[in-house]
Amino acid sequence: MVELKQTSPCAGLLPVTLGDVTMSELTPGQMTCLTAFGDPADLSAALERAHGMALPGPNRSSGKQGARCIWFGRGDVLLIGPAPDAALGAHAAVVDLSDAWATVSLKGAGAVDVLARLVPLDLREGHFKRGHTARSQVMHMQASVTRLASDEFMIMVFRSMAGTLVHDMKQAMAAVASRR
Amino acid sequence: MRIECPMCGSRDRREFYYQGAAVMLARPDPQAHEADWEAYLHLRENPAGPTRELWQHDGGCGAWLVVTRDTVSHQISDTQLAADVKRAMGKAS
Ligand SMILES: [Zn+2]
Repeated sequence: MVELKQTSPCAGLLPVTLGDVTMSELTPGQMTCLTAFGDPADLSAALERAHGMALPGPNRSSGKQGARCIWFGRGDVLLIGPAPDAALGAHAAVVDLSDAWATVSLKGAGAVDVLARLVPLDLREGHFKRGHTARSQVMHMQASVTRLASDEFMIMVFRSMAGTLVHDMKQAMAAVASRR
Repeated sequence: MRIECPMCGSRDRREFYYQGAAVMLARPDPQAHEADWEAYLHLRENPAGPTRELWQHDGGCGAWLVVTRDTVSHQISDTQLAADVKRAMGKAS
């Protein structure tokens, strides 16, 4: 019997540093999509009790590193980090997406300039603050973009597109680095 | 061209996918007359002016929207969640 080895989506591709920007893979643990059955306030209360954070509204995230919840589209949020408490199942559809997404960090003073070449959003800090999140695109890929710190973003794309994500980001990083 | 998504805010047109006239929301009853079904499936207005269309924010939040667009100027005068429009239709009937 062949022994299959588990690898991360960006295994062998990251980290990469070009200029003052570093792209590295995040392995944030379990990722769970929550879709409220009824009143989102009930799910928010359950999430608060179980994991200590409220349900984030559209374009926002809650929690902190290690246990975070990000808005993930109309009606959906993504719980990142902890295994979902069984009590959540009474208020929401609970779907494990841990292996479905590639998650990277883009960190450095030029990170916002790199993303400006790839994402059709104004991600400058005055407009897109820490804890803000958006569903948008990186080049042609559907993506989730979250600001983790003033100089750091978390970017997620479908796992099958990890190679394309790294390729497109490296090109933009090189272009930004060459102009500094 | 930019479209105002009720969830995400003002976004570039590239994030959206066009489906067609918003009449798709007014699905006839399964027992409705053949002519009603034929009109629903095949007959569309082709106005030079404001028209209501279904667009999906597929490169964003995933929501279906009813977009009111002027076919002459491409000006977009209104966007609403299709779910809200459908709910209001249910209440009205
Ligand atoms: Zn949207």
